[in-house]
Amino acid sequence: MFGRLSKTAAAAAVATLLGAGPASAVELTMYYPVSVGGPLTKVVDGMVAEFEKANPDVKVNAIYAGNYDDTRVKALAAMKAGQPVQLSVLFSIDAYDLIEQDVVVPFDEVAKSADDKAWLQSFYPGLMANGVINGKTWGIPFQRSTIVMYYNKDAFREVGLNPDAPPATWSEMVDAAKKLTKADGSRWGVEIPSTGYAYWMFGALAKQNGELLMSADGTKTFFDKPNVVEALQFWRDLGAKHKVMPEGTVEWGTLRQQFLEGKTAMMWHTTGNLTAVKGSAKFDFGVSVLPGNREPGSPTGGGNFYLFKSASPEERTAALKLVKFMTAPERAAEWSIATGYMGVSPASYETPALRAYAREFPPAAVARDQLKNSVAELSTYQGGRIRKALDDAIQATLTGAKPAKEALAEAQAQADRLLKPYR
Amino acid sequence: MRIRDWATGYLLILPAAAVLAAFTHLPIVRTVRDSLFSRGSAIRPARFVGLDNFEALAADPVFWKVLGNNLAFALGTVPASIALALAMALLVDRKLKGQGVLRLAYFLPTMLPMIAAANLWLFFYTPDIGLLDQILGRFGLPGRNWLGDPATVLPCLMTMTVWKEAGFFMIFYLAALQTQPPELKEAARLEGAGRWVYFRRVLFPMLMPTTMFVLINAVLNAFKLVDHLFVLTKGGPNNASNLLLYYIFEHAFAFNDLPAAAALTAVLLALLAGLAVTQFALLDRRVHYR
Repeated sequence: MFGRLSKTAAAAAVATLLGAGPASAVELTMYYPVSVGGPLTKVVDGMVAEFEKANPDVKVNAIYAGNYDDTRVKALAAMKAGQPVQLSVLFSIDAYDLIEQDVVVPFDEVAKSADDKAWLQSFYPGLMANGVINGKTWGIPFQRSTIVMYYNKDAFREVGLNPDAPPATWSEMVDAAKKLTKADGSRWGVEIPSTGYAYWMFGALAKQNGELLMSADGTKTFFDKPNVVEALQFWRDLGAKHKVMPEGTVEWGTLRQQFLEGKTAMMWHTTGNLTAVKGSAKFDFGVSVLPGNREPGSPTGGGNFYLFKSASPEERTAALKLVKFMTAPERAAEWSIATGYMGVSPASYETPALRAYAREFPPAAVARDQLKNSVAELSTYQGGRIRKALDDAIQATLTGAKPAKEALAEAQAQADRLLKPYR
Repeated sequence: MRIRDWATGYLLILPAAAVLAAFTHLPIVRTVRDSLFSRGSAIRPARFVGLDNFEALAADPVFWKVLGNNLAFALGTVPASIALALAMALLVDRKLKGQGVLRLAYFLPTMLPMIAAANLWLFFYTPDIGLLDQILGRFGLPGRNWLGDPATVLPCLMTMTVWKEAGFFMIFYLAALQTQPPELKEAARLEGAGRWVYFRRVLFPMLMPTTMFVLINAVLNAFKLVDHLFVLTKGGPNNASNLLLYYIFEHAFAFNDLPAAAALTAVLLALLAGLAVTQFALLDRRVHYR
């Protein structure tokens, strides 16, 4: 600490003596999460180093802080303790809570030039859905994902299914899954994870059945609508009636391993896992958009950049520069190739790097193709509690403890109680 | 002179008392105070609400479920891990070949950090590819969704906890066994007492102080262990494996509701204090100290 202080002091003294040096170095601290496999911290560190090289007057401390919840807690705790934190990558669905706590500033307040305004419009609208609230842009998409279906082409061939025509509807998926399921329990047809992010997977099923889970202003949920109940019943039926998925809940964390070991022929999972699956699959696998029922659809997911209120005006300007750098088409392409997360802007898919990658590895473009049917992830005021209420209802149904209708009615009643003060 | 003794005494305990006050007692007072206020936000500042947070807890079905889970968890892990610890200690107390290795083997689970242990067990319990299902598969038995079924998830966590805790408690029993005077055993032999009678009438009563210590620690641990939930189940499915401490964590960090978390913490504190006092009151009379 003292060493660093005296070094800074010495540097300042030298700068004064020489009467030159950078006018005023800005130091930025940002927290970011990683919630999928792979050495992503290295990728972020590399991008930050590049930024510092291009902007010698800005120093960036990028701090990896665990999963999304950990990162929010750490960033807010640091801020409350008076430590500098000017921006962070936090869960895109935390926006309402962050606004309510009055800790973030909309990007519109900092991005004022015509160039900046054009930049705000340069992202996929589907990825802005969780970040634009009450007409202001609170979050800029960075590590954004969506749910896609991974399937084992070798298994498809084995049972006589066309490996290049993955199921496009619920009923096709059930039919294929029945063929793929082995009676001795050594392979399931399809698995949809229901721990960790059950509400997220359910957002896809609900959308495919024609319903959204919440209103655009984050003050209402629609958990008890008939089509939503039907969607949950379908999820339950996959295990209980069609016997193509294990009964009970399916663990998010180990599902990838199950798929890689051939224990499930299809899995719904985040695109954030794409590069990791590509790296370790010993069989021919494909990736497709999720099958639909009344319509196709999937929620987006992942983390956005947020600007913190505690930053000074110069720091906000520097932070904006950093966010622009990190989300520029070339970096977005690099990030997408390294992780499987989406390129956040149409321009990123036009970069030579990502074009070449998508040509040689078509699954890389599936998430983009699904964007036109994507909806916002479940995000409301009192988000943590409401997600938990829905997660519990889903798990109660999947484990057979409660019928879908009753479980969802209870979750809706709880959500209504929580959201009443915000209407 | 007397006053000086008195003052010296207080001065001597001052450093420890100051640390305890700063890091234990003040936070407790603060927690209880926080539990009486509403959740504030930038728009609506926190205000005094009396016992509202506790009433909300009492009306929360999940809270009662979690409390029940935790009691079941304590009942399932405490006697089992103590019995196993004692059995292991008796086994390795004898002169055996490879005694050191055996002791280390029994102690190994304790040395692993809980997170690492939970990650190991996650892959034991994983359906189809997990160790457990593979062993069952050898005998032609079907796999089970161990952690995804409300009926099996809590027993699964208990098994892992017993495995983890028993080695630790074994060390205390082993230490106690090694201080037992050999004359007692010889005298018992001469009187014609069998092994079981010797254990039941002599050894076990002599070990009571250790049992008391281990019991209190085991009960506290049953409420304090939470790390494995983060890795294994996150409290699911549908709160079937949720425990009090994890529920506190959810309130504080996932729901961002610190007053509710404070109220839960106050409940947990009262529960633990009550349990400790009851154990002392009930057992102290039966404990034979030399």
